[in-house]
Amino acid sequence: MPNRPTATDILDCEFLVIRGKLLEVAAALDRIDRGTGSTDGDARRENIRKTLALLGGDPADSGGKASRAEQLQLIFSLPYEREWRKAQ
Amino acid sequence: MQYFDPHIHMASRTTDDLQAMALAGCVGVSEPAFWAGFDRSGLDSFRDYFRQLTEWEPKRAAQFGIRHYCWLGMNAKEAENLDLSRQVIATMKGFLDRPNVLGVGEIGLNKCTPNEVATLAELIDVALQGEEQMLFHTPHLEEKYRGTRMILDLLHADARTDRSRVCIDHCEEQTIRVVLDEGYWAGITLYPTTKGTPERAVDLVEQFGVDRIMVNSSADWGPSDPLAVPKFIFQMRRRGQTEANIRRVVYENPLTFFNQSRNFQFKPAE
Ligand SMILES: [Zn+2]
Repeated sequence: MPNRPTATDILDCEFLVIRGKLLEVAAALDRIDRGTGSTDGDARRENIRKTLALLGGDPADSGGKASRAEQLQLIFSLPYEREWRKAQ
Repeated sequence: MQYFDPHIHMASRTTDDLQAMALAGCVGVSEPAFWAGFDRSGLDSFRDYFRQLTEWEPKRAAQFGIRHYCWLGMNAKEAENLDLSRQVIATMKGFLDRPNVLGVGEIGLNKCTPNEVATLAELIDVALQGEEQMLFHTPHLEEKYRGTRMILDLLHADARTDRSRVCIDHCEEQTIRVVLDEGYWAGITLYPTTKGTPERAVDLVEQFGVDRIMVNSSADWGPSDPLAVPKFIFQMRRRGQTEANIRRVVYENPLTFFNQSRNFQFKPAE
């Protein structure tokens, strides 16, 4: 592909976007914590925690692993059972 | 640049949208039959909807120089009603030979229930018997991964399936790999809240190339954008993709896919 930008070019372009989105996530999590009651044991909270750990991890593409975006989508997915037809 | 929007619900859009699309370079659309946003009251509503897609919408689009094609089927949401589904499928068969019909769609799963699966299996059988192309709706959010895998399982179980004549739509990061690896066409939907953005669609093109990939707006009666494909074109340019690659995804790929349908006729502008 021609004109493939460098990693630094992309970071220049995306930095403020990433910063803004992370800030929105942090503020939304704070908002939940300020709410009454608790979300302990809510599977969605656990999934959010897993995705934050994923984002803080190593570059996803090393070693043939799925991209971060693909892994994040799978965290928020119901499991697929190969034998689903037997259950129906 | 001239482009196709291979999945858009024009029945829910205004003529202003058609005009904006034409100004942005749209030369053709394909409109799959889908849910109306509420459950229809009975068979007659479906019959009228199929008439709308095959008689009225082509005329409306033609006023703006846009060719209108469609897909007919029983949508996954209403497929839960087995009696109604059987009646709709019988009625649909009478429309499949109309001149702008490309095949059976959009069919698929929503909550992946046994009733949805039963209706879908019947629709796939009708399509394969009639050698119709198929366009599949895959479920949203947490249902998407397993729903997509279940649809592929149903297709793989039938030896008559010709994967090059099937598009699995609304692909995202977690599903596009298996769809392309198994030899199907992959649709990427640019939808503001629940599906893809132009930026992420370009990410997928960077990772998976331009073979057998189409992008669409799926614009309907909900928050959606009839100009999503031109926004994808703009994003492809920003990211340094060649004009040839862009044209391949938004124009040549839909043409190649649609051309496998016996009713498809399209004369490109000189
Ligand atoms: Zn649709």
